[in-house]
Amino acid sequence: MSFLADIQISQIVLCSGLGLVLIGLWGMLTQRHIIRMIIGFSLLDTGIHMVMVSIGYVTGGTAPIINDDVPMAEAVNRIVDPVPSALVLTSIVIGLGVTAVMLSFAVRIYRTRRTLMIDECTESKG
Amino acid sequence: MIKRLFIALVMAMIAVIFLDLAANYRESTSLSPLGYYYAAQGPAEVGAANLVTAVVVTYRGLDTLGEVTVLFISAAGVGLLLRRTRSTQDDENLEKGDRAEETAVRHKPASEIVETATQLLLPMVILFGIYVFLNGHLSPGGGFQGGAIIASGTMFLLLALPESHVSRLLIAITESLSGFSYVVIGVLGVIMAGGFLDNRIMGLGTFGDLFSAGAIPLIYVFVGLKVGFELSAVLDRFRKEDTGPL
Repeated sequence: MSFLADIQISQIVLCSGLGLVLIGLWGMLTQRHIIRMIIGFSLLDTGIHMVMVSIGYVTGGTAPIINDDVPMAEAVNRIVDPVPSALVLTSIVIGLGVTAVMLSFAVRIYRTRRTLMIDECTESKG
Repeated sequence: MIKRLFIALVMAMIAVIFLDLAANYRESTSLSPLGYYYAAQGPAEVGAANLVTAVVVTYRGLDTLGEVTVLFISAAGVGLLLRRTRSTQDDENLEKGDRAEETAVRHKPASEIVETATQLLLPMVILFGIYVFLNGHLSPGGGFQGGAIIASGTMFLLLALPESHVSRLLIAITESLSGFSYVVIGVLGVIMAGGFLDNRIMGLGTFGDLFSAGAIPLIYVFVGLKVGFELSAVLDRFRKEDTGPL
Protein backbone atom coordinates (compact mmCIF):
# COMPACT_ATOMS: atom_id res chain seq x y z
CA MET A 1 0.00 0.00 0.00
CA SER A 2 2.89 2.32 -0.68
CA PHE A 3 0.93 4.46 -3.15
CA LEU A 4 -1.40 5.57 -0.35
CA ALA A 5 1.49 7.30 1.38
CA ASP A 6 2.06 9.41 -1.74
CA ILE A 7 -1.45 10.84 -1.80
CA GLN A 8 -1.46 14.49 -0.82
CA ILE A 9 -4.30 16.20 1.03
CA SER A 10 -5.17 18.52 -1.81
CA GLN A 11 -5.25 15.54 -4.18
CA ILE A 12 -8.06 14.01 -2.13
CA VAL A 13 -9.99 17.30 -2.36
CA LEU A 14 -9.29 17.51 -6.10
CA CYS A 15 -10.47 13.94 -6.76
CA SER A 16 -13.65 14.37 -4.67
CA GLY A 17 -14.30 17.63 -6.50
CA LEU A 18 -13.91 16.02 -9.91
CA GLY A 19 -16.15 13.15 -8.73
CA LEU A 20 -18.82 15.62 -7.67
CA VAL A 21 -18.61 17.36 -11.05
CA LEU A 22 -19.20 14.01 -12.79
CA ILE A 23 -22.13 13.09 -10.51
CA GLY A 24 -23.69 16.53 -11.00
CA LEU A 25 -23.30 16.41 -14.76
CA TRP A 26 -24.78 12.90 -14.89
CA GLY A 27 -27.72 14.10 -12.78
CA MET A 28 -28.34 17.10 -15.02
CA LEU A 29 -28.22 14.98 -18.19
CA THR A 30 -30.27 11.96 -17.10
CA GLN A 31 -32.82 13.13 -14.55
CA ARG A 32 -36.24 14.24 -15.78
CA HIS A 33 -37.37 15.91 -12.57
CA ILE A 34 -36.60 19.64 -12.48
CA ILE A 35 -35.62 19.75 -8.80
CA ARG A 36 -33.23 16.84 -9.35
CA MET A 37 -31.66 18.69 -12.28
CA ILE A 38 -31.16 21.73 -10.02
CA ILE A 39 -29.56 19.49 -7.38
CA GLY A 40 -27.27 18.18 -10.13
CA PHE A 41 -26.27 21.75 -10.95
CA SER A 42 -25.52 22.44 -7.28
CA LEU A 43 -23.31 19.35 -7.07
CA LEU A 44 -21.46 20.39 -10.24
CA ASP A 45 -20.99 23.87 -8.80
CA THR A 46 -19.65 22.57 -5.46
CA GLY A 47 -17.32 20.16 -7.25
CA ILE A 48 -15.81 22.99 -9.29
CA HIS A 49 -15.28 25.02 -6.13
CA MET A 50 -13.44 22.11 -4.50
CA VAL A 51 -11.21 21.70 -7.56
CA MET A 52 -10.39 25.42 -7.55
CA VAL A 53 -9.56 25.46 -3.84
CA SER A 54 -7.34 22.38 -4.14
CA ILE A 55 -5.39 23.99 -7.01
CA GLY A 56 -4.57 26.95 -4.74
CA TYR A 57 -3.20 24.74 -1.97
CA VAL A 58 0.51 25.03 -1.18
CA THR A 59 2.13 22.15 0.74
CA GLY A 60 1.91 22.86 4.46
CA GLY A 61 0.21 26.21 3.87
CA THR A 62 -2.25 27.85 6.21
CA ALA A 63 -5.10 30.34 5.66
CA PRO A 64 -3.93 33.59 3.99
CA ILE A 65 -4.59 35.74 7.05
CA ILE A 66 -1.76 37.62 8.72
CA ASN A 67 -1.81 37.53 12.52
CA ASP A 68 0.50 36.65 15.41
CA ASP A 69 0.95 33.09 14.18
CA VAL A 70 1.67 34.09 10.60
CA PRO A 71 3.80 37.26 10.75
CA MET A 72 4.06 39.48 7.70
CA ALA A 73 7.67 38.55 6.96
CA GLU A 74 6.95 34.81 6.86
CA ALA A 75 3.66 35.10 5.02
CA VAL A 76 4.98 34.30 1.54
CA ASN A 77 6.33 30.94 2.72
CA ARG A 78 3.48 29.87 4.94
CA ILE A 79 0.15 30.71 3.31
CA VAL A 80 -1.88 29.13 0.54
CA ASP A 81 -2.56 31.08 -2.65
CA PRO A 82 -5.21 33.76 -1.90
CA VAL A 83 -6.26 34.17 -5.56
CA PRO A 84 -8.21 30.89 -6.02
CA SER A 85 -9.93 31.47 -2.66
CA ALA A 86 -11.07 34.91 -3.80
CA LEU A 87 -12.30 33.49 -7.12
CA VAL A 88 -14.20 30.71 -5.33
CA LEU A 89 -15.89 33.34 -3.15
CA THR A 90 -17.13 35.08 -6.29
CA SER A 91 -18.16 31.80 -7.84
CA ILE A 92 -20.16 30.67 -4.78
CA VAL A 93 -22.21 33.88 -4.82
CA ILE A 94 -22.92 33.59 -8.53
CA GLY A 95 -23.85 29.90 -8.15
CA LEU A 96 -26.31 30.92 -5.44
CA GLY A 97 -27.88 33.54 -7.72
CA VAL A 98 -28.22 31.06 -10.59
CA THR A 99 -29.76 28.43 -8.29
CA ALA A 100 -32.28 30.96 -6.98
CA VAL A 101 -33.37 31.87 -10.52
CA MET A 102 -33.63 28.18 -11.50
CA LEU A 103 -35.77 27.42 -8.45
CA SER A 104 -38.09 30.31 -9.22
CA PHE A 105 -38.48 28.98 -12.77
CA ALA A 106 -39.36 25.61 -11.23
CA VAL A 107 -42.02 27.31 -9.07
CA ARG A 108 -43.42 29.05 -12.18
CA ILE A 109 -43.53 25.79 -14.16
CA TYR A 110 -45.26 24.03 -11.29
CA ARG A 111 -47.78 26.85 -10.97
CA THR A 112 -48.80 26.72 -14.64
CA ARG A 113 -48.41 23.00 -15.41
CA ARG A 114 -48.93 21.34 -11.99
CA THR A 115 -45.95 19.10 -12.62
CA LEU A 116 -42.19 19.17 -12.22
CA MET A 117 -41.44 16.46 -14.79
CA ILE A 118 -39.72 17.94 -17.80
CA ASP A 119 -41.25 15.32 -20.13
CA GLU A 120 -44.70 16.82 -19.66
CA CYS A 121 -43.54 20.24 -20.80
CA THR A 122 -42.45 19.14 -24.28
CA GLU A 123 -45.14 21.16 -26.05
CA SER A 124 -43.36 24.32 -24.86
CA LYS A 125 -40.34 23.40 -27.00
CA GLY A 126 -39.34 25.50 -29.98
CA MET B 1 -31.51 4.54 -26.37
CA ILE B 2 -29.23 6.58 -28.62
CA LYS B 3 -29.59 9.44 -26.16
CA ARG B 4 -28.49 7.29 -23.22
CA LEU B 5 -25.54 5.99 -25.21
CA PHE B 6 -24.58 9.53 -26.09
CA ILE B 7 -24.77 10.63 -22.45
CA ALA B 8 -22.62 7.66 -21.41
CA LEU B 9 -20.10 8.55 -24.10
CA VAL B 10 -19.93 12.20 -22.99
CA MET B 11 -19.52 11.16 -19.35
CA ALA B 12 -16.76 8.69 -20.28
CA MET B 13 -14.87 11.31 -22.26
CA ILE B 14 -15.09 13.86 -19.45
CA ALA B 15 -14.02 11.16 -16.99
CA VAL B 16 -10.92 10.49 -19.10
CA ILE B 17 -10.04 14.19 -19.09
CA PHE B 18 -10.54 14.36 -15.31
CA LEU B 19 -8.52 11.18 -14.74
CA ASP B 20 -5.65 12.73 -16.64
CA LEU B 21 -5.96 15.90 -14.55
CA ALA B 22 -6.03 14.01 -11.27
CA ALA B 23 -3.19 11.65 -12.17
CA ASN B 24 -0.83 14.41 -13.27
CA TYR B 25 -1.66 16.70 -10.37
CA ARG B 26 1.25 17.78 -8.23
CA GLU B 27 0.69 19.88 -5.17
CA SER B 28 2.50 23.18 -5.57
CA THR B 29 5.25 23.88 -3.07
CA SER B 30 5.37 27.65 -3.52
CA LEU B 31 2.95 30.44 -4.35
CA SER B 32 2.18 31.42 -7.92
CA PRO B 33 3.85 34.71 -8.99
CA LEU B 34 0.56 36.58 -8.60
CA GLY B 35 -0.16 35.03 -5.19
CA TYR B 36 3.43 35.82 -4.16
CA TYR B 37 2.96 39.47 -5.08
CA TYR B 38 -0.31 39.72 -3.13
CA ALA B 39 1.26 38.02 -0.09
CA ALA B 40 4.41 40.13 -0.15
CA GLN B 41 2.97 43.52 -1.08
CA GLY B 42 -0.67 43.20 -0.03
CA PRO B 43 -0.34 43.98 3.70
CA ALA B 44 1.72 47.11 3.02
CA GLU B 45 -0.28 48.33 0.02
CA VAL B 46 -3.80 47.59 1.22
CA GLY B 47 -3.42 47.19 4.98
CA ALA B 48 -5.78 44.21 5.28
CA ALA B 49 -4.69 41.24 7.40
CA ASN B 50 -7.01 38.92 5.50
CA LEU B 51 -5.34 38.64 2.10
CA VAL B 52 -8.43 37.11 0.49
CA THR B 53 -10.30 40.29 1.41
CA ALA B 54 -7.46 42.37 -0.03
CA VAL B 55 -7.79 40.50 -3.32
CA VAL B 56 -11.60 40.51 -3.37
CA VAL B 57 -12.19 44.15 -2.40
CA THR B 58 -9.25 46.04 -3.88
CA TYR B 59 -7.08 44.14 -6.36
CA ARG B 60 -10.11 42.49 -7.96
CA GLY B 61 -12.65 45.06 -6.78
CA LEU B 62 -14.24 45.44 -10.18
CA ASP B 63 -14.96 41.69 -10.22
CA THR B 64 -16.71 42.07 -6.89
CA LEU B 65 -18.81 44.94 -8.19
CA GLY B 66 -19.78 42.67 -11.09
CA GLU B 67 -20.57 39.88 -8.63
CA VAL B 68 -22.84 42.18 -6.62
CA THR B 69 -24.52 43.18 -9.89
CA VAL B 70 -25.09 39.54 -10.86
CA LEU B 71 -26.64 38.88 -7.46
CA PHE B 72 -28.84 41.95 -7.84
CA ILE B 73 -30.01 40.85 -11.29
CA SER B 74 -30.78 37.34 -10.06
CA ALA B 75 -32.73 38.75 -7.09
CA ALA B 76 -34.65 40.98 -9.51
CA GLY B 77 -35.25 37.95 -11.76
CA VAL B 78 -36.64 35.94 -8.86
CA GLY B 79 -38.86 38.90 -7.97
CA LEU B 80 -40.13 39.11 -11.55
CA LEU B 81 -40.76 35.36 -11.86
CA LEU B 82 -42.48 35.01 -8.51
CA ARG B 83 -44.41 38.26 -8.54
CA ARG B 84 -47.80 38.17 -6.99
CA THR B 85 -50.61 37.38 -9.35
CA ARG B 86 -53.28 39.09 -7.27
CA SER B 87 -54.66 42.53 -8.10
CA THR B 88 -53.05 45.67 -6.69
CA GLN B 89 -55.97 46.28 -4.34
CA ASP B 90 -55.49 42.88 -2.74
CA ASP B 91 -51.80 43.63 -2.47
CA GLU B 92 -52.43 46.80 -0.54
CA ASN B 93 -54.81 45.06 1.82
CA LEU B 94 -52.22 42.37 2.35
CA GLU B 95 -49.60 44.94 3.21
CA LYS B 96 -51.97 46.54 5.69
CA GLY B 97 -52.39 43.46 7.81
CA ASP B 98 -54.68 41.00 6.03
CA ARG B 99 -51.60 38.90 5.59
CA ALA B 100 -51.52 38.03 9.28
CA GLU B 101 -55.07 36.71 9.09
CA GLU B 102 -54.53 34.98 5.79
CA THR B 103 -51.43 33.10 6.89
CA ALA B 104 -52.89 32.27 10.26
CA VAL B 105 -55.55 30.20 8.48
CA ARG B 106 -53.04 28.27 6.43
CA HIS B 107 -50.28 27.78 8.98
CA LYS B 108 -50.42 26.04 12.28
CA PRO B 109 -48.76 28.52 14.64
CA ALA B 110 -45.30 27.55 15.87
CA SER B 111 -45.00 26.35 19.45
CA GLU B 112 -44.18 28.80 22.21
CA ILE B 113 -40.68 27.37 22.57
CA VAL B 114 -39.89 28.06 18.92
CA GLU B 115 -41.35 31.56 19.06
CA THR B 116 -39.47 32.53 22.23
CA ALA B 117 -36.23 31.02 20.94
CA THR B 118 -36.60 33.00 17.71
CA GLN B 119 -37.14 36.27 19.55
CA LEU B 120 -34.13 35.51 21.74
CA LEU B 121 -31.76 34.29 19.03
CA LEU B 122 -32.66 36.52 16.09
CA PRO B 123 -30.90 39.67 17.40
CA MET B 124 -27.80 37.59 18.10
CA VAL B 125 -27.82 36.05 14.61
CA ILE B 126 -28.06 39.51 13.06
CA LEU B 127 -25.38 40.87 15.40
CA PHE B 128 -23.10 38.00 14.41
CA GLY B 129 -23.68 38.80 10.73
CA ILE B 130 -22.70 42.42 11.39
CA TYR B 131 -19.62 41.25 13.29
CA VAL B 132 -18.59 39.03 10.38
CA PHE B 133 -18.79 41.78 7.77
CA LEU B 134 -17.17 44.43 9.99
CA ASN B 135 -14.19 42.15 10.65
CA GLY B 136 -13.87 40.99 7.06
CA HIS B 137 -10.44 42.56 6.67
CA LEU B 138 -9.05 40.95 9.84
CA SER B 139 -10.57 37.49 10.17
CA PRO B 140 -12.25 34.92 7.95
CA GLY B 141 -15.48 36.39 6.66
CA GLY B 142 -16.57 39.47 4.80
CA GLY B 143 -19.51 41.19 3.21
CA PHE B 144 -20.96 38.19 1.41
CA GLN B 145 -20.59 35.84 4.36
CA GLY B 146 -22.04 38.38 6.79
CA GLY B 147 -24.90 39.09 4.39
CA ALA B 148 -25.64 35.38 4.14
CA ILE B 149 -25.76 35.13 7.94
CA ILE B 150 -28.23 38.05 8.10
CA ALA B 151 -30.35 36.36 5.43
CA SER B 152 -30.27 33.13 7.44
CA GLY B 153 -31.70 35.18 10.31
CA THR B 154 -34.52 36.25 8.00
CA MET B 155 -35.10 32.63 7.04
CA PHE B 156 -35.25 31.75 10.73
CA LEU B 157 -37.89 34.45 11.21
CA LEU B 158 -39.94 33.32 8.20
CA LEU B 159 -39.89 29.68 9.33
CA ALA B 160 -40.70 30.28 13.00
CA LEU B 161 -43.13 33.21 12.67
CA PRO B 162 -44.66 32.85 9.19
CA GLU B 163 -47.05 35.73 9.73
CA SER B 164 -44.22 38.20 10.27
CA HIS B 165 -43.99 40.88 7.66
CA VAL B 166 -40.76 41.82 5.89
CA SER B 167 -41.07 45.37 4.60
CA ARG B 168 -40.43 45.47 0.86
CA LEU B 169 -39.92 49.21 0.96
CA LEU B 170 -37.21 49.00 3.65
CA ILE B 171 -35.45 46.26 1.68
CA ALA B 172 -35.59 48.25 -1.55
CA ILE B 173 -34.32 51.47 0.06
CA THR B 174 -31.45 49.83 1.99
CA GLU B 175 -30.39 47.78 -1.00
CA SER B 176 -30.37 50.70 -3.43
CA LEU B 177 -28.61 53.04 -0.99
CA SER B 178 -25.86 50.56 -0.14
CA GLY B 179 -25.32 49.64 -3.79
CA PHE B 180 -25.16 53.34 -4.69
CA SER B 181 -22.71 54.08 -1.85
CA TYR B 182 -20.49 51.22 -2.99
CA VAL B 183 -20.20 52.75 -6.47
CA VAL B 184 -19.68 56.24 -4.97
CA ILE B 185 -16.72 54.90 -2.93
CA GLY B 186 -15.35 53.35 -6.11
CA VAL B 187 -15.60 56.68 -7.98
CA LEU B 188 -14.04 58.52 -5.01
CA GLY B 189 -11.10 56.16 -5.42
CA VAL B 190 -10.60 57.47 -8.96
CA ILE B 191 -10.70 61.11 -7.79
CA MET B 192 -8.75 60.90 -4.51
CA ALA B 193 -6.49 57.84 -4.89
CA GLY B 194 -4.99 55.56 -7.51
CA GLY B 195 -8.05 54.22 -9.32
CA PHE B 196 -11.55 52.79 -9.21
CA LEU B 197 -12.29 51.16 -5.82
CA ASP B 198 -8.87 52.11 -4.44
CA ASN B 199 -9.19 51.75 -0.65
CA ARG B 200 -6.60 54.42 0.12
CA ILE B 201 -9.15 57.25 0.08
CA MET B 202 -9.02 56.93 3.88
CA GLY B 203 -5.89 56.44 6.00
CA LEU B 204 -4.69 52.85 6.23
CA GLY B 205 -4.52 53.12 10.03
CA THR B 206 -2.72 50.65 12.29
CA PHE B 207 -2.39 47.23 10.72
CA GLY B 208 -4.74 44.81 12.46
CA ASP B 209 -7.10 47.39 13.98
CA LEU B 210 -10.85 47.30 13.42
CA PHE B 211 -10.77 50.71 11.73
CA SER B 212 -7.87 50.12 9.40
CA ALA B 213 -7.28 49.11 5.78
CA GLY B 214 -8.75 52.34 4.39
CA ALA B 215 -12.18 51.99 2.85
CA ILE B 216 -12.36 48.16 3.06
CA PRO B 217 -14.56 48.01 6.21
CA LEU B 218 -16.87 50.63 4.72
CA ILE B 219 -17.13 48.75 1.40
CA TYR B 220 -17.81 45.50 3.24
CA VAL B 221 -20.53 47.13 5.34
CA PHE B 222 -22.30 48.21 2.16
CA VAL B 223 -21.76 44.83 0.48
CA GLY B 224 -22.95 43.04 3.62
CA LEU B 225 -26.11 45.13 3.91
CA LYS B 226 -26.85 44.79 0.21
CA VAL B 227 -26.33 41.03 0.10
CA GLY B 228 -28.22 40.49 3.37
CA PHE B 229 -31.27 42.46 2.28
CA GLU B 230 -31.17 41.06 -1.25
CA LEU B 231 -31.12 37.46 -0.05
CA SER B 232 -33.85 38.28 2.48
CA ALA B 233 -35.97 39.59 -0.40
CA VAL B 234 -35.33 36.38 -2.36
CA LEU B 235 -36.34 34.23 0.63
CA ASP B 236 -39.43 36.37 1.14
CA ARG B 237 -40.38 35.83 -2.51
CA PHE B 238 -40.24 32.09 -2.07
CA ARG B 239 -42.84 32.21 0.68
CA LYS B 240 -45.95 30.25 -0.13
CA GLU B 241 -48.42 33.06 0.30
CA ASP B 242 -46.59 35.24 -2.18
CA THR B 243 -46.72 32.78 -5.03
CA GLY B 244 -50.46 32.43 -5.16
CA PRO B 245 -52.32 29.21 -4.43
CA LEU B 246 -49.91 26.36 -5.05
